[in-house]
Amino acid sequence: MSEFVAGLGRWALATLATLGHAAAFFVDLVRNSPQTLRRPYLTTAQVHAIGNRSLIIIAASGGTVGLVLALQGYITLSRYGAAESLGLLVALALVREMGPVITALLYAGRAGTSLTAEIGLMKAGEQLAAMEMMAVDPRVRVLAPRFVAGIISMPLLGAIFSAVGVIAAYVVGVLMIGIDSGAFWSQMQDGVDVFKDLGNGVVKTIVFGVATTFIALYIGYESEATPEGVAQATTQTVVVSSLSVLSLDFVLTALMFSTP
Amino acid sequence: MSGWSSGRVIGGKEISLAQPHGSIGAAGSDALVSIQAVTFGYDSRAVLSNVSLEFDRGKVIAIMGSSGCGKTTLLRLIGGVITPQAGRILFSGAPIDTSDRAALYALRRRMGMLFQFGALFTDLSVFENVAYPLREHTKLSEQMIHDIVLMKLDAVGLRGAATLRIAEVSGGMSRRVALARAIALDPEIIMYDEPFAGLDPISLGITANLIRRLNDATGATSLIVSHDVEECFRICDFAYLVSGGRVVGRGTPQQLQAAEDPEVRQFIRGEPDGPVRFHYPAVPIAQDMGVGA
Repeated sequence: MSEFVAGLGRWALATLATLGHAAAFFVDLVRNSPQTLRRPYLTTAQVHAIGNRSLIIIAASGGTVGLVLALQGYITLSRYGAAESLGLLVALALVREMGPVITALLYAGRAGTSLTAEIGLMKAGEQLAAMEMMAVDPRVRVLAPRFVAGIISMPLLGAIFSAVGVIAAYVVGVLMIGIDSGAFWSQMQDGVDVFKDLGNGVVKTIVFGVATTFIALYIGYESEATPEGVAQATTQTVVVSSLSVLSLDFVLTALMFSTP
Repeated sequence: MSGWSSGRVIGGKEISLAQPHGSIGAAGSDALVSIQAVTFGYDSRAVLSNVSLEFDRGKVIAIMGSSGCGKTTLLRLIGGVITPQAGRILFSGAPIDTSDRAALYALRRRMGMLFQFGALFTDLSVFENVAYPLREHTKLSEQMIHDIVLMKLDAVGLRGAATLRIAEVSGGMSRRVALARAIALDPEIIMYDEPFAGLDPISLGITANLIRRLNDATGATSLIVSHDVEECFRICDFAYLVSGGRVVGRGTPQQLQAAEDPEVRQFIRGEPDGPVRFHYPAVPIAQDMGVGA
């Protein structure tokens, strides 16, 4: 019994130490981020690497989700004679929830793993140590530009996801099923609030961008400098990021949309 | 009788064995780096125990010893990557303070380090790798950087490889590119971590000659961490032999070769068994096999 309690205590202490270390790392990242303004080309290169190169998967997923949402939405709405509201349903579903969440999950899988593996391999190849020995702070030179690029990229990717989804829903609802085009757009325009819906969606993508990029960088930076360590870190990034996004989404939704 | 066995020779100067740990930092010493009674370990494993060394300016000094004896740890301590648990390290007479990041970085600008496998930036070309410290720490014009980089690459014989990607250069070449990068800012000390490991005989000879030639040309202090006795002795002015976390021998190559100390002799001659045992500590084999009473 005492063994069990001691083990529990050790686990609690280790978890607290990890959380504290991660918090200090996060504060460090935020504090170093303004320094990226001195050399903006480092950040733009990363926006290209992690944002631009995620475009295809984000756009393709947005389109597929839009197509399915339109089909499913039409079936349900037409039962109540509200098929004309398809545009509104799809737009709200995308900008409030599905756009930010699915974009963040895809981002964690595509860009997050890439960041973790890159940082982990730089560590394994002693590139980060070499920078340190050249009096170049890798947290400023390597981590901060990637962190800022992630925060910039996520809202843009989320917006593209939702926009492509709406266009796909238009193709299914209006062009294929025959819903009135005017009703599709006007109900959407009338029912989607710029601040409450779009604004909150943007806030969500920014929060998810901060969380997923931070997790990817932290896990990569702290990974064991071996092939197994990097592989394990990459997997861990996907798991921790995904769970964090889903948990944060619940908290944010509760805070943002708790009042009608 | 060799100098090191009758007394301690530090940086070429012999002092009395009665002084604890070689009592370094004596007045009139020309040491660039002075390691004073340093102890360091990872978790519960002691790596260095009360070690004192001194590295004179302008010399090529080898730190030799078997794998895992704490040679690389010494370089990491000098670079301020890790902090000693006891003792102190002086660079140009001033203690290295790892808690003051700005001061530590200012100090590191005076150091160059060649990592075991080069640690080159794989997303940059050979030229950009050498230009990296210049771009980070100077405001030189592009033309000036271009000229300096080509001069450094020429010094290591790779001016013609400036445009190559890192993936296109061999192991020996990447070691030389890393050397060009390490000397880009004309450091006062260049630290080499296993510079001869994994090189073919030609690359090995080229690297060894380069270390000696660059040292003589720049006047820098060179610290070589290696277990390659032959190459180290060929180019170094002075050598330390580290074993079991302590310094077991020190002197010029000639002095160490003539040493009678069993541990030094075993290492220099490459004897498989001796004070450093062939077998890792274990219970008797009969007990492991479950035979006998």
